[in-house]
Amino acid sequence: MIIELGHFALVLALAVALVQMVLPMWGAHRGNPGLMAVGDTAAGVQFLLLLTAFVALTVAFVTSDFSVSLVVANSHTAKPMIYKISGVWGNHEGSLLLWTMVLALFGACASWFGGNLPATLRARVLSVQASIGVAFLLFMLLTSNPFLRMEMPPMNGGDLNPLLQDPGLAFHPPFLYLGYVGLSMAFSFAVAALIEGKVDAAWARWVRPWTLAAWVFLTIGIAMGSWWAYYELGWGGFWFWDPVENASLMPWLFGAALLHSAIVVEKRESLKAWTVLLAIMAFGFSLIGMFIVRSGVITSVHAFANDPERGVFILLILAVFLGGALVLFALRAGALEAKGVFGLVSRESALVANNVLLAVSSLVVFIGTIWPLIAETLWGRVLSVGEPFFNAAFTPFFVALALIMPIGAMMPWKRADVGRTFRPLRAALILSVALGALVFAMQTGRSALGPVGVALGVWVVVGSATDLWMRTGRGAFAARFGRLGRLPRAEWGKAVSHAGMGVTVFAVAAMMAWVTEDIRVVKVGGSYALGPYQVTLVEVVDTVGPNYQTTMATMEVRRGERLVGTLFPEKRFYPVAQMPTTEAAIDFGVFRDLYLVIGDAQDGGGFAVRSYIKPFANWLWGGCLLMALGGFFSLSDRRYRIAAGARKIVAVPAE
Amino acid sequence: MKRLVVMLVLLAGPVFAVQPDEVLPDGAMEARARGLSVGLRCLVCRNENIDDSDAPLARDLRLLVRERLVAGDSDAQVIDYIVARYGEFVLLRPGLAGPNLILWLAGPAMLLGGVGLAYANMRRRRPEAVPLSAEDQVRLEQILKS
Repeated sequence: MIIELGHFALVLALAVALVQMVLPMWGAHRGNPGLMAVGDTAAGVQFLLLLTAFVALTVAFVTSDFSVSLVVANSHTAKPMIYKISGVWGNHEGSLLLWTMVLALFGACASWFGGNLPATLRARVLSVQASIGVAFLLFMLLTSNPFLRMEMPPMNGGDLNPLLQDPGLAFHPPFLYLGYVGLSMAFSFAVAALIEGKVDAAWARWVRPWTLAAWVFLTIGIAMGSWWAYYELGWGGFWFWDPVENASLMPWLFGAALLHSAIVVEKRESLKAWTVLLAIMAFGFSLIGMFIVRSGVITSVHAFANDPERGVFILLILAVFLGGALVLFALRAGALEAKGVFGLVSRESALVANNVLLAVSSLVVFIGTIWPLIAETLWGRVLSVGEPFFNAAFTPFFVALALIMPIGAMMPWKRADVGRTFRPLRAALILSVALGALVFAMQTGRSALGPVGVALGVWVVVGSATDLWMRTGRGAFAARFGRLGRLPRAEWGKAVSHAGMGVTVFAVAAMMAWVTEDIRVVKVGGSYALGPYQVTLVEVVDTVGPNYQTTMATMEVRRGERLVGTLFPEKRFYPVAQMPTTEAAIDFGVFRDLYLVIGDAQDGGGFAVRSYIKPFANWLWGGCLLMALGGFFSLSDRRYRIAAGARKIVAVPAE
Repeated sequence: MKRLVVMLVLLAGPVFAVQPDEVLPDGAMEARARGLSVGLRCLVCRNENIDDSDAPLARDLRLLVRERLVAGDSDAQVIDYIVARYGEFVLLRPGLAGPNLILWLAGPAMLLGGVGLAYANMRRRRPEAVPLSAEDQVRLEQILKS
């Protein structure tokens, strides 16, 4: 019954989305307030219907309703409750439902919080947002219906992929989807603005917080996924340049570019057409990512619902929305007239440089990801593009970004002087070069990556701090220090995010340059040296968990006489899915992680053991969190809060 | 129980990549082997290099790399040897020749294009003094007089 209710709600949501797509657009065209107002009601109703469908599916998973084929394929009665719930989106159909629900949620938010938008713009935004909803609801109902029943319900299910049975699954996909789908708001605003033929500061002030929120979620989502891979996959990698990872990186990069160019529109009414194009591309790449993940045309370690028929459908959606928006852009972009002019050296041009670097780096990732497909289609060559290519082709762009970031961030609008902007940054430059040189001297003979990472990281972090400090004006140290707290939150947001990027750049370089690895056979009771530590394999026992068998080792790590920690790496076997997994044991530290993995029992006795010292591992995700935190600061800036309050005053539509 | 576990382990196969028995005694040579492994794809896996992969084929390739190194091959010779047997697909870093040049040069080319476009646009939008229209002039005088 509940399943039918969910199914029915899904179909009804499609009907409502169709209404929301057509009527407000027509109303905006005709200037009919009644028709435009339909959009607001429909947006709310559509969200509630999808929420109902989602809750119904969740109930099916929680109660292990094996009459639903999706539950059979992805759940098992012995599975812990948290994975029953997160299993709802641990598969193609369920994740698509989550995706569509979040889409409707964003649409509803535009209606609920969009009181101060011009009525025609809001109607058009809601209509465009609904059209995306229609496409995905059709996709779901025609090819990927989560509510299909089994003719003969089995006694138990096929269980969720053991790698996905991790708290990571509970949080990583929802954050990612909030990010991917959040970019749809920027897209809807861009298309609506193209239809209206008007982009101004007020438009940018609207688009930016939505983009920022989406980007913050995407940042958190990607960081969580990377952290999950780090501790779950058992060799401590954090980024593999896998197509599915690239699929999340591309919209993130475009989103970051959009965030920055929207500032120019907001403050200077320039770069309008470019910003609209970025908004289209950001969501376009979010759709391209979906195609890459779900169509199966490109092989990835994240095998996940690969089905050519679905691929064609997504391709169709992609063609209609990305293609349609780009055609509209080509026709109407000329109407978006730039007002603010700026010199070749200015904050605006620095932001243009940022945009070019971010956009091109994203396109490099895109080309690298689809190159195997192109090469095979055009020249019949079967080849691979992997980590070594991306490291070589992508990294220079981020190095360049990090180099210009502190200078660009401090440049004045309209016209700037590089020399004058650079003067307060001399200390940052000297410090970064000195520390880089020091590290280089200390680590003779190892890769140059370490020192370069240190120098870049210090340059960006100290540069961001300098930027913040310079905003406090002149005067005594104490007075300026006091003023720090009263700076606009957006300033803090910028500095914190930029510093976060510096920390991440440093941590990536440190982890790649200075990792210590040890592979050996250890007998029970034996011990070995790992860097400054002494590791002892105390015992290995076989036990059982809720839905798996496990071989668990107890390993003690000492430094001199002091016990640093006792770690329990495991090797698990999930009988239902017939799949082994490695559960690394990690001793997290501020400056290093100790990462231990237990392997197979060896013929001559003892166990294979892999151990790593991963330097500054936590800094990587810490840096990502700083970027996200900066986004939150910026979101809470006064100008957005004031704008939100102002909607009570501006009750009359502007047109 | 123990027999069950042994059976399961056999079913499951090796759970991790580089095994202790593969590691070469010569540290420098092992480091070279590692460097090469990162650039070689495990052919039966999805986008994993042979160093990270658990597949038996990846193990064979790792052993093959080490065998060639011990036999005195240079890094380039080892790569050529493997590409000759397994094809271009095995390389995670596409070679710098033929159509792959497009792939490698796409980034720099797009960067140049982007910078060029941005520069041209900025030049075009140079502030220029637009003379007031007659209408505006009248309006301006009105404002100034009042």
